[in-house]
Amino acid sequence: MTPSLEAVGLTKRFGSFTALDHLNLKVEGSKCMGFLGPNGAGKTTTLKMFTDLIFPSEGEAFINGISVQKDRKRALSSCGDLVETPEIYPSLTPREAMEMSGVLRGMRPEEIRSRTDEVLGEVKMTEWIDQKVGRFSKGMKQRVNIAASLLSDPEVVILDEPSTGLDPRGMAEVRSIVRNLKKERRLIFMSSHILSEVVDVCDEVALLDRGKLLFADRLSNVAARLGGGVRSLEAEFVSPPDDATLAGKIGSLPQVAAWSRVDPRRITLQFKGGPAQQTELLEQLVTMRLGLISFHESRSALEEVYLREISVGDA
Amino acid sequence: MSAAPTPGAEAGALPSAGGGLGMVPGTFAQALILSRYQLRDYLRARRFILMMGIVAVIGAILSFVLAYYHGSATVQGLTASSDALYGSLWGGGVYVVIIFSGIIFGGDAIAGEFQNRTGYFLMGLPIRRTSVYAGKFLAALAASIVAVLFYLAILVANGAVYLGVGAFPLALVESFAIAMLYLLALLGSVFLFSSMFKNSLYAVLVVAVLFLFGFTLIQDLIVGLVKIEPWFIIDYARSVISYPFLTTLPAHVSTSSGPRGLNLTNYNPTYPEGLAIMAGYFVLTAIAGLFFFEREEFT
Repeated sequence: MTPSLEAVGLTKRFGSFTALDHLNLKVEGSKCMGFLGPNGAGKTTTLKMFTDLIFPSEGEAFINGISVQKDRKRALSSCGDLVETPEIYPSLTPREAMEMSGVLRGMRPEEIRSRTDEVLGEVKMTEWIDQKVGRFSKGMKQRVNIAASLLSDPEVVILDEPSTGLDPRGMAEVRSIVRNLKKERRLIFMSSHILSEVVDVCDEVALLDRGKLLFADRLSNVAARLGGGVRSLEAEFVSPPDDATLAGKIGSLPQVAAWSRVDPRRITLQFKGGPAQQTELLEQLVTMRLGLISFHESRSALEEVYLREISVGDA
Repeated sequence: MSAAPTPGAEAGALPSAGGGLGMVPGTFAQALILSRYQLRDYLRARRFILMMGIVAVIGAILSFVLAYYHGSATVQGLTASSDALYGSLWGGGVYVVIIFSGIIFGGDAIAGEFQNRTGYFLMGLPIRRTSVYAGKFLAALAASIVAVLFYLAILVANGAVYLGVGAFPLALVESFAIAMLYLLALLGSVFLFSSMFKNSLYAVLVVAVLFLFGFTLIQDLIVGLVKIEPWFIIDYARSVISYPFLTTLPAHVSTSSGPRGLNLTNYNPTYPEGLAIMAGYFVLTAIAGLFFFEREEFT
């Protein structure tokens, strides 16, 4: 069976506040979908309804075609999840926490033992396998939680900002773990507000703002959503170029819609065109012999789309 | 992927869709599994040491009083027979141990899942809330029984000193069974309050206030002012714990003369009435507690 997650008219109201407004989203197949949105957009609310931690005001959530609201046990049996930052009973060790999780899932003892070693090794917690969880830092607990969500080798993995509480090295390790999780017959649904994390590990992205789904698409199509829009490029020079040079030489280039100075040595170019035009522009900047030392997009395509869509919502 | 069932998996257990797994155990099997780990957590925690400390202090005080005042007529009356000794110290004292253990092991059992966020770990698993509730109840019950048995051991040791090793009345077995019913009723009530609050402190405070003196106060007010039998108060029922040691049960209703010539009405539960109140409390509070827990959200 192809792993799938589906929200049908999923709505959550807290009094008069609508946290999630009729979300219709179907994710199917072996992929990683990033679930993006600013704080308060409704990401965690959605994931909590997918894991039955909270109940929808309207609509239903399905995992592999099984309604979470009607049969949570069956629906969650093929799912590993990490929502918010759970706590494990403080006097249990990671080994015991994995054992409890595995036995409750119906895993066989030898399976639990081998998978425990595997997943705790993957999150670099082998050294602490027999220490009490109550003594762990937040980051260490989060690693154990990630391991627990992967213990049963689930077909569907729901992760709510998995790198929360981790240091930069831990965040990089989580990205690497999620990348490694992508395999045949596995669907990963990961909320995040770290765009670089999503770009790094996800194939598709869904953007949520104020409880409404703005779009869901393949990451490779996100740049195309910019359409005839303008992208920002940043150029840095070894010494500050004067305004006359910039206006005369750079401002007259056909690909450049506008330019502005960020600081004495850096400028932002509003650029129209694709990769070929970008290459051409770079070559022209080099030929001008202005002492160009760096040239890059000031924001990723995803960041551009994110900010544009969110600002449309704000307006 | 293997279809080999896990030992203990019930009929109707769900096939797990994950790779290389057996079957997701049934609701009751999961409750037993969870209770095992929850009990392990209790036994390693400071709260267990605290509870054993409370029982040890109560036991030490009783033992000291028996030894120190052994010459007095009252204490000699207590140690004259096993019924008198256990009727007073067990029948009249075990409820204190039960109330403390209920508060310590059950007060935050459900509220703590929300406040300490352990519920986020548990509820992400393919497990029904009923299993979580029942599993935690069984663990609190088991931990409380350990505390009650410790108290009983202290009393039996005192009984052996004053009455000989063989002085173990059958009434004690009967009384122990009634005490267990009281424990079930109390834990049911404690779990109900724990389910109603997401804050452990509120849950523990309400339970402590109600069971340590609140219900007694309400009962006195009802009897004194309204002059009706307080059959709906659990405190009223607990006196039946000591009934197996009595040769004559107290009158169900009696009157006595109070100050200024006032007549006071006293109520004592009948044996079946006491048992029914406890059983009723257990069933109703367990259902109500589960009802609240099923509807509580992890917001």
